Amino acid sequence: MPESLIASLRRFRRSHEFWLLIVILVLCAGLSLASTQFLTMQNLFDLLTSYAFVGILALGLLVVLIAGGIDISFTAIASVAQYVALAVANAYGGNWIGVCALAIGIGGALGAINAILIQKLRIPSIIVSIATLNVFYGLLIFFTGGKYIYSLPDWFATGIFWFEFAWGKDTSYGVNLQVFALTVCFLVTWLLLNRTNIGRQIYAMGGNADAARRLGFHIFGLNMLVYCYMGVMAGVASLVQAQLAQSVAPTVLVGKELDVVAAVVLGGASLMGGVGTVLGTFLGLALLAVLQNGLILLGVSSYWSPLFVGFVILISVSVTAWSQRERHTKRVTP
Amino acid sequence: MKKSPVVSVVRRMSRQVGSGTIGTLAPLLLALWVGFAVTIGDRFFSVNTLQSMAFQMPELGILSLAMMLALLSGGLNLSIIATANLTGLTIAFLLTRYIPGTEGIAWVGVQMAALAAGFVVAALVGLINGFVIAYLGVSPILATLGTMTLCKGLAIGLTRGNVISGFPDPIVFIGNGTVFGVPFALIVLALCALPVAIMLNATPFGAKVYMIGSNEKATRYSGVDTRAILLKLYVLSSLLAGVAAVVMLARFNSANAAYGESYLLITILAAVLGGVDPFGGFGKVGGLMLALVILQVISSAFNLLNLSQFLTLAIWGGILIAVAAVPNLRGRSAR
Repeated sequence: MPESLIASLRRFRRSHEFWLLIVILVLCAGLSLASTQFLTMQNLFDLLTSYAFVGILALGLLVVLIAGGIDISFTAIASVAQYVALAVANAYGGNWIGVCALAIGIGGALGAINAILIQKLRIPSIIVSIATLNVFYGLLIFFTGGKYIYSLPDWFATGIFWFEFAWGKDTSYGVNLQVFALTVCFLVTWLLLNRTNIGRQIYAMGGNADAARRLGFHIFGLNMLVYCYMGVMAGVASLVQAQLAQSVAPTVLVGKELDVVAAVVLGGASLMGGVGTVLGTFLGLALLAVLQNGLILLGVSSYWSPLFVGFVILISVSVTAWSQRERHTKRVTP
Repeated sequence: MKKSPVVSVVRRMSRQVGSGTIGTLAPLLLALWVGFAVTIGDRFFSVNTLQSMAFQMPELGILSLAMMLALLSGGLNLSIIATANLTGLTIAFLLTRYIPGTEGIAWVGVQMAALAAGFVVAALVGLINGFVIAYLGVSPILATLGTMTLCKGLAIGLTRGNVISGFPDPIVFIGNGTVFGVPFALIVLALCALPVAIMLNATPFGAKVYMIGSNEKATRYSGVDTRAILLKLYVLSSLLAGVAAVVMLARFNSANAAYGESYLLITILAAVLGGVDPFGGFGKVGGLMLALVILQVISSAFNLLNLSQFLTLAIWGGILIAVAAVPNLRGRSAR
């Protein structure tokens, strides 16, 4: 048993995730020395809360990337799901279950449209999702006139607050909707990818679609599942975002696609398919979150923060590519 | 055995018109033209309408060319808009800083120097992209995502999100002037598209770009320095973004860190609609230009019909899917 543990640790040491973890730990150590606020419960909870939206979408995108596809339309799907679910809740009343079911249903349905276009018309996923991004978003704004919804149902605006505990004198913490949804999504995605037969099939299909087809995998069904999963994640993320923002703004989500892509690919998922882990995605997300949070805590003007984020993305992808090349050449010439 | 060259050229042209992207796009454009002519009437063909179309097309057109170059090699350049804005801001900063008070030769000199400095910035971004992609082996989407964020960060940080505006007449002319009724910006687009088309179709460099897009490894093993070609390609792509920057800042008479951000995915849409294979290796400048005209005709017509610009977006997306589905449907019926 210990031997296999050592072997897997050794494998981990060589993995992309290991280097990411080191970078994040160094960053965290530096930040906790530089700012007393960084390593507080409140800050970490706030971080999780504010990055829940990107994180949930990143999990959906991770599954799509592993399956060998790509989806850019998720921000538009989220906008539609959010708007319809909360407009219906406002008009006809409702409860958590209803709103969640509606958002998830719409997300899944729009994801299914993507899957059908990709599989039945045999159009590459990047083309389909760029097109459907514009279709979903364009139609949403056309029919709604781009109006914001400011008055949300009371029960929705209050959100949830579980396992409350006191911290210090007058602050208390609890698991809010964002943290709860993010945790559940991480768990479900991890289970799907690592503990189910379907998860292994998704990896196999992303690695080599032709081989998977010849093995008798149900390619259309798998793709349908993957793109619906992305849509469902977009639906969940949209509610999480609306609850945090306390409003529904149909125009603010579209344009944030690349933030999500950045988190997933920083986490080591390959755009070629077949590669990527939930842990890596978490670390990619954590790197971006900690970095931006740290810059704020250090008092760096928020105008400059994209510059640092750009540097970190560029350096980390360069170092990763470089180290892989080094290892490759070492193996070729011993 | 030998066929006369004229016959083979004619046969080749007819084959090209009959099938492929141009064969799909040309009838589509015709149909749109007729449809809008019926619904809108004379107004659709007025000089004003045509001129406003010609004014709006160049920005997206030049940016799409920049995107197309990267797509042809099997890559992607997400940093074109950010590069354009950084370039535009550099030029705008130098112009507003040094132009007031100058006259004669100095006045001309400052403008030339500002433009030159802008293109140096664009080339630098291209060099970073090319180096990281070609020599470090980073996937283009990641590398350009990084430089995109970097350029945008630099632009936002330096300007604090503010607009720089107010340029001398010759600069404004680039975006708003006309030569014999033809907008100068359209001429700039043609001056970009023609050399790019010639470069791609009639030079060894262009042939190598298509080869890299089809199979990079095979190209490298056949003795082509793929890394040098890719580096050059990304510098060119960046320089085209620089040209787009000049047109943009001239048309708005201002520069900002966030102009044209919604264009990014539209440039991919235009390129793919124009028959560029998103995985590289295939695509012609002519197809892209036809696609741009189609997008512009829809947008202008919807504008005249008082329909929302967001409906235009939706239709653009629908057309992309329809056009992308045609080869497959055709193949199925032939089988």
